[in-house]
Amino acid sequence: MLFEGYGRQLWNGTLETIQLALLSLLLAFVIGLVGAAAKLSQNRWLSFPAAIYTTLIRGVPDLVLMLLLFYSFQDWLNRLTDALNQQQIDIDPFVAGVCVLGFIYGAYFTETFRGGVLAVPKGQLEAAAAFGLTNWQVFHRVLFPQMMRFALPGISNNWQVILKATALVSIIGLHEVVRAAQDAITGTSSKGAYHAFFFLAVAGLIYLILTTFSNLAFMALERHYSIGIRRSEL
Amino acid sequence: MTELIQQYWQQYLFGTLGHPTGLVVTLWLTAASVGLGFVLAVPLSVARASTNRWLSVPVSFYTYIIRGTPLYVQLLLLYSGVYTLDSVRATPFLNAFFRDAFNCTILAFTLNTGAYTTEIFAGAIKATPHGEIEAARAYGMSNFTLYRCIVLPSALRRALPAYSNEVILMLHATTLAATATVPDLLKVARNASSEYYLPFVAYGIAAALYLCISSTLIWFFRKAERKWLAYLR
Repeated sequence: MLFEGYGRQLWNGTLETIQLALLSLLLAFVIGLVGAAAKLSQNRWLSFPAAIYTTLIRGVPDLVLMLLLFYSFQDWLNRLTDALNQQQIDIDPFVAGVCVLGFIYGAYFTETFRGGVLAVPKGQLEAAAAFGLTNWQVFHRVLFPQMMRFALPGISNNWQVILKATALVSIIGLHEVVRAAQDAITGTSSKGAYHAFFFLAVAGLIYLILTTFSNLAFMALERHYSIGIRRSEL
Repeated sequence: MTELIQQYWQQYLFGTLGHPTGLVVTLWLTAASVGLGFVLAVPLSVARASTNRWLSVPVSFYTYIIRGTPLYVQLLLLYSGVYTLDSVRATPFLNAFFRDAFNCTILAFTLNTGAYTTEIFAGAIKATPHGEIEAARAYGMSNFTLYRCIVLPSALRRALPAYSNEVILMLHATTLAATATVPDLLKVARNASSEYYLPFVAYGIAAALYLCISSTLIWFFRKAERKWLAYLR
């Protein structure tokens, strides 16, 4: 047998990794849009907290934040349930993983989107407003499509980082692909030690396939958002 | 909380002379891997930017593999995977090297940051204005002199903003050393957290210290940019 009977687990782990990465991306994307809007806002009560959020989150390692948030919330939840004489609630590692990754990478997306918005020529937004477009129409027809073109390299970068950061979630107990490989190593340790190398290489290969495919997808997206733009030729 | 701080402050910062822990180990890991990564990246980036395919393709294969897989997997592979290979155990030098968690960690970090740095430097080298190279050739410079005097000084300067990001990401990545039993800042925080069961305080102290190092690095790089990129302002 190629995977010593652990093929199924590795496959499930891969699916878990993909789901985790996509949901975290979605959450980070939304937080990023809201954060960029807040950070660009004239209102200090919005821009200041957003600036604190991006500075703090981007200054602290993701693994530290992950452990900090995961264990602290579990701790607070335990104290709360103790105080109310309720049964202990265990936070689901998958939900925790999505929330924490989304929250952390939302800060990176905030900066990416802020840069994208600033790169859109102001005159176009003024022209759109002068034509009587509502705020939503200006956002959705003028600002967003162009901002996406400028932000796309950053988004692609952030996505690759999120995808690779999912490997860290195995540390807080999620059964994604790295954990599946580690389980396979423990399960086959009696049959010969070289399996450790093999299964970890397989996990690496799975990540390599995922990043390669997402690169291709982002190249297609870049073509889509660059329609009508002439590349300067050297 | 005060008990935790009293008990652990020394471990958070520097540990003992014979057994350093915490901040000192984190700084040492960062400095060693960034320094070795730099030494690795300069020749590799020249090869990566070369028009000779026999030089550029192997290097881009290396950066592709490293940048396409998580550092955590690379670390696990080097730390717990390689040592299980019989051929490694049979060679005395490799056996001694891979048995030490610290060596494996530094090796994994260096290979990782080396790949990212190679791409950053290669991008900057490729963006060297064509006229500069033509002028240098017209002066009769050899290839080595061309790179030493013209291409590398200007490319490394222009790479500075992207490079500073990579250094900070590397600082953040050193937290993975804790999973390989290296007693860095995060490992101390984990120990403190499990002893006192105060995760917020224990990890919060580590987070604050990491924030301080990040800010110092950002400040330092801003100064460096002001000095070395003055002509671009």
